[in-house]
Amino acid sequence: MKPLILLGDEAVAQAAIDAGIAGAFAYPGTPSTEIFEYVERHKPSDRSIFTQWSSNEKVAYETALGMSYAGKRAIVSMKHVGLNVAMDAFMNSAITGVNGGMVLIVADDPGMHSSQNEQDSRFLADFARIPCLEPSTQQEAYDMTRAGLALSEQVGLPVMVRIVTRLAHSRAAVVPGPRLEQSERPLPTDKQRYTLLPSNARRHWSQLLGRWEQVERGLWAVEGNALALRGEPLGVIATGIAFNYLMENLGDAPEASTLKISCWPPPMDLVRQLFDHCEEILVLEDGYPLLEGGLKGLLNSAPRPVHGRLDGALPRTGELDPAKVRAALGLPARPAAIPAPLPLAGRPPALCPGCPHIDSYNVLNEVMAEAGGGRVLSDIGCYTLGALAPFEAIDTCVDMGASIGMALGASKAGVSPAVAVIGDSTFAHSGLTGLLDAIRAEAAITVVLLDNAIVAMTGQQDTALAGERLIATLTGLGVGPEHIRVVKPLRSRHEENLAIFREELAYQGVSVIIPSRPCIQIRN
Amino acid sequence: MLDIILAGVGGQGILSIAYVLDYAALSAGLHFKQAEVHGMAQRGGAVQSHVRLAPGQIWSDLIPAGQVGLVLAVEPLEALRYAHELSPEGWVVSSTAPFVNISSYPDLSGVIGQIAALPRQVMVDAASLAQLAGNKRAENMVMLGAAAFLYPFPPEAALAHIEALFQAKGEKVVALNQRAFGLGQGASSIYREAVEAGLSAEQAIALCAHLHPGEVEPGAAARWAGAMLADPSMPWPTERVPATLAAAP
Repeated sequence: MKPLILLGDEAVAQAAIDAGIAGAFAYPGTPSTEIFEYVERHKPSDRSIFTQWSSNEKVAYETALGMSYAGKRAIVSMKHVGLNVAMDAFMNSAITGVNGGMVLIVADDPGMHSSQNEQDSRFLADFARIPCLEPSTQQEAYDMTRAGLALSEQVGLPVMVRIVTRLAHSRAAVVPGPRLEQSERPLPTDKQRYTLLPSNARRHWSQLLGRWEQVERGLWAVEGNALALRGEPLGVIATGIAFNYLMENLGDAPEASTLKISCWPPPMDLVRQLFDHCEEILVLEDGYPLLEGGLKGLLNSAPRPVHGRLDGALPRTGELDPAKVRAALGLPARPAAIPAPLPLAGRPPALCPGCPHIDSYNVLNEVMAEAGGGRVLSDIGCYTLGALAPFEAIDTCVDMGASIGMALGASKAGVSPAVAVIGDSTFAHSGLTGLLDAIRAEAAITVVLLDNAIVAMTGQQDTALAGERLIATLTGLGVGPEHIRVVKPLRSRHEENLAIFREELAYQGVSVIIPSRPCIQIRN
Repeated sequence: MLDIILAGVGGQGILSIAYVLDYAALSAGLHFKQAEVHGMAQRGGAVQSHVRLAPGQIWSDLIPAGQVGLVLAVEPLEALRYAHELSPEGWVVSSTAPFVNISSYPDLSGVIGQIAALPRQVMVDAASLAQLAGNKRAENMVMLGAAAFLYPFPPEAALAHIEALFQAKGEKVVALNQRAFGLGQGASSIYREAVEAGLSAEQAIALCAHLHPGEVEPGAAARWAGAMLADPSMPWPTERVPATLAAAP
């Protein structure tokens, strides 16, 4: 077939389409967003594929699980921290198992290019007992997503495909395979299988552990692991994309033995062969030192010295790159035109000129200064850029929806005014429940609910809740209609908006101010 | 084999440059990998893309530090941000037109001077050349043209994929962007010839501003350079004159 030029994200999506999925589900999050977007834009005309931006990752995961339960193949994609939101469904789906093939694609972000942490999703695969594939190239991202859907049906479990930012957002030529028919498996008739009453769950959990070796054999049969025994002094194990950084330098270290690992749990027979052959082992993982720590053991009892992130051979944090791996191999740095980065003015991201959040923050900063105390608890979205100069308007940003729960807690600890700043999509994702609790607690908080009618930061996806439906939802949750204040965030309305913010910040109950103006990027 | 860092500010069209390079490489039978930045940084921040072109297999999506053969920058301050990743033989091909969206933006002549101090460089005013092509937004295609002398495929391959990139917007937009590419190529050759003939980077930039890069004949820029060196007080033409031997002093 003709090669396609695809991002790693797009390769995953193309593979899922070609493997006959009937649905794709996701919540936007860098670097995973383009997976769903590609499926949505490239649905073949000969078949029906249901796609929907879900309200959050948990719903996305459950929707995919429901489709799999009904006998059809489905994918669900999210960023690493999104899996925390979907965690309950994720863990339990290993106990229920699946019917139609189900693949979860998690895009991790080592180095935190666009995230609040760099957690490594392989830990969660291990935790749940869900097999994980870790491609190193765009072609492998394609091949392993296809293989993952087949493996999922073969072992009756969801399969995780873990990619990282540098693969998700890097393009290369990918040769696709033949397109499969959309398969359909019969609806389950065993009610106990999917009903996790303790009596059923205990049995399923034991069964899962009992057949785990069989699951591992199926996983290790997927092409991607490769052992090359060369010299005896050094053996290098590289997982996922780290293998590329190893190979980039191997010309200058041709004697090193290598083991490429593309899955978790790792293929232990190959690991043992490398240990038997080599005197020292270096482990390269673009993520946490999961394999390295396992090989060392709690008692540091590995049969050979093991080097990596834990002993300083590689930096403990951040993403790997060819230069870091080069240093870990003991090779001198390549000479460059100039020795070090030039000291230059930084150019951080900023709110776009004309952005409605600018006007909202200008008002908020002024009333907070007048109040002379209090805190602004914020959330995840473009408006997090309000943390930077010239606004420096927010005090916190923790996780999706945290603003409202934290404002509630802070207000009960005496913080006044306690202001939550949250966008319309983040509110639909995880803000509703916090607001319900604030209303029940009769908390003195003001929620500034920025309604720009779009998921802006990740590139203009549909939002689940905006405009009139947002207001109806607030009323339904129990916010007093007189304390739901819709304002137009414009410089010309500054004085008028100041007065409204002052009133609501003074109110000793739950109030919601909705600065409502579409994202300036929508017209683009 | 050519390893390229594309540099600019979010919104300047770095990914359109990458699109043309990717498809031109594929059509020329080359391997390529191209890593890019999405998400938060695209909001007016510094953005870059690593483009790797080679006849055989490419491993890393990221270019090893010290192995960059070309920093292709739509913005001069952003050109400097990646200078330490250049190989000792690497080129910087940069626009001289600043994108000022930070209050701490340094003095422009200092930035130009720092670029000029790098071993091999080409500087063209992408903003005025894009304007000359017909639209200020074509700065990215000007820069794509300015570095075309380094690509491992012929310029026609780039022009074909500029057409593919813009065809949905109509023939006029295609022609405008192809024109911008050509002006970038012309200005780049004027600059290189002028520096080769002994002009400083600043003088070469000044010369580029007075010659029309749409009509470039080899040797013409060198003749102008010779005249400038012989008589530094030489008056400049008030309008761009063709960079032809006939029009040269």
